[in-house]
Amino acid sequence: MASLPPIDLPPGATGAGAFDAQAAETDGGVLFDHLLRLGDDSLILGQRLGEWTGHAPSVEVDLSLANIALDLIGQATHFLNYAGEIEGKGRDGDALAFHRDVLDFRNCWLVEQPNGDFAQTMARQLLFSTWQKSLFEALKGSADRTISAVAEKAVKEVSYHQELAAEWVIRLGDGTDESRRRMQDGLDWMWRFVPELFDMDEATAFLAARGIGADVAALRADYDRRIDAVLAEATLDRPRDQRPILGGRRGHHSEHLGHLLCTMQFLPRTYPDATW
Amino acid sequence: MYTTELSKTTNVASTEDPDKLAAFEARVAADEFIEPKDWMPEAYRRTLTRQISQHAHSEIVGMLPEGNWITRAPSLRRKAILLAKVQDEAGHGLYLYSAAETLGTSREQMIEALHSGKAKYSTIFNYPTLTWADIGAIGWLVDGAAIMNQVPLQRTSYGPYARAMVRVCKEESFHQRQGYEIMMAMCAGTADQKRMAQDALNRWWWPSLMMFGPPDADSPNTAQSMRWRIKRETNDELRQKFVDITVPQAAALGLSIPDPALRWNEAKGGHDYGDVDWEEFYAVVRGEGPVAKERIKARRDAWEEGAWVRDAAAAYAAKRNRKAEAA
Amino acid sequence: MAQDWPLWEVFVRSRGGLSHRHVGSVHAPDPEIALRHARDTYTRRMEGISLWVVPSAQIVASDPADDAAMFDPAADKVYRHPTFYSIPDDVTHI
Repeated sequence: MASLPPIDLPPGATGAGAFDAQAAETDGGVLFDHLLRLGDDSLILGQRLGEWTGHAPSVEVDLSLANIALDLIGQATHFLNYAGEIEGKGRDGDALAFHRDVLDFRNCWLVEQPNGDFAQTMARQLLFSTWQKSLFEALKGSADRTISAVAEKAVKEVSYHQELAAEWVIRLGDGTDESRRRMQDGLDWMWRFVPELFDMDEATAFLAARGIGADVAALRADYDRRIDAVLAEATLDRPRDQRPILGGRRGHHSEHLGHLLCTMQFLPRTYPDATW
Repeated sequence: MYTTELSKTTNVASTEDPDKLAAFEARVAADEFIEPKDWMPEAYRRTLTRQISQHAHSEIVGMLPEGNWITRAPSLRRKAILLAKVQDEAGHGLYLYSAAETLGTSREQMIEALHSGKAKYSTIFNYPTLTWADIGAIGWLVDGAAIMNQVPLQRTSYGPYARAMVRVCKEESFHQRQGYEIMMAMCAGTADQKRMAQDALNRWWWPSLMMFGPPDADSPNTAQSMRWRIKRETNDELRQKFVDITVPQAAALGLSIPDPALRWNEAKGGHDYGDVDWEEFYAVVRGEGPVAKERIKARRDAWEEGAWVRDAAAAYAAKRNRKAEAA
Repeated sequence: MAQDWPLWEVFVRSRGGLSHRHVGSVHAPDPEIALRHARDTYTRRMEGISLWVVPSAQIVASDPADDAAMFDPAADKVYRHPTFYSIPDDVTHI
């Protein structure tokens, strides 16, 4: 999509003053960091979808949302456990999920956005799952065999998420005046977080060059086509491009993430000696 | 989740065709299944609709106390398990609504009856879940009591209900075990965890006993319901069975059941236990449970806030049908 | 307006070689969503490899009141069953 260019930094600059500045140091290596990005995306979105349980527009939709959440929590478990292995400091997926603070989370801004109404939730799902599907398609060929195995399994799950979200966006977009307005609002809210998904920072480029990670920038043209096709069928307007908001991959997040973590991490944090 | 069958006297015979009624009773007595289009006495239809829809409502409202902990589950494994369990409850509610709909009442009517307070659901869900141990206690005790109620209903006389119960029982087999596993972890854990576990048992024990419904003496329809195979064992029989099974399970956890009168009675081959506070039970039935208002508000809000979604999808379908007809 | 969606009957083929079997119903606004709902409700435990959904209103059922006329006449057509015919034991492959 023709959004505004990301904020480019001269090579080697620490970007003092910029919100989405490159972090000065990373503590576990670039592969560890990459696995956190994959795992945290799934974890945080799974957590968000879990908030819907018992409150969806129909019992059937409740079941659908829980299925998506379960797939995502499963992906997060694989990626974060593997991240712990790569780090080699004895942390497992649970330690990483429940004992890191905002600055150490590597998920994108899109997944931490609040559920809002069902339209906003579906806007987030379409924009994320469409990307995640292309990403996992690419990662199936990863030189890292654990990543490729997880991607191989997860791509089927994510295809379903993408299709379901697309069907809902189409129905809400082309439904009633009210649903159309809500759907458009939901998309407009989420739109500024899309460029972050395709941001080729140094770490991404490094892993892509070694065949471990994906060249995310290359996924963009296909993504635009897929999103445009859904929006056209939904008779929705493509939102106007907004200044991209970046920073999640470096631990700089929205205010929402801290609150999400408060809830999610409350038990292991309050009772650090307990086994559950 | 079982539905608390409340005493409502029903008069069966008066208006029905005696030949049809006799044939119906004979089929039920011969362990045959009644199917949706078969002739059935109105009282049977009414009683079943009430029982199945109460059962369905209990599943749906029952998602709330446990759903309250999905975002706070203490590990990734526990989070996935709890999500899957609460999702099962949505599924079970759905199977049961489907079964009840075959009796001629729409799901919408049933949901409206729930929201208006006309329809009841199991009293147990009007208590709050305060700590993670409550998730363990619900699985262990509440699902344990539910299974005891539901297993015999797999052979209930109404085909769609029986088939729904077969599915429910099969899926629910993991629910009680995961609850007990949570309790085991807590009881083997820190002093804080043990305290939570004992407190959860203290709060959930008596409401669990109430799940089997009022004493047999106060359940006027039991005989008729048992003849119709809508019910297979009496409230007191099931309650006794539950107590006898649960006492050693609590002992294995190292927890004490909050009943000073509880003791083994060699002569009857079962436990004696203290009197259930039926005033408390009836107060909760009347809608005076500690979080009854929260539960109904949550269900109403979900339904009302989802109205525009349901309308939008229906409008989309109508548009598409019009286009297809025009083409 | 706060209405519910129409009802669909769900049929699942549990594995290759078996026919679809009725398992229950779901509410859904249209055929595609009905399939999604059927999948998310009735195949969470690997119960199926294929799904059918049919609008409940489209099911045509026989009337139990006509049972006797519909099904009893088949009862005395014993010659339709192989056991009706007696063949000597020493005649094989028949």
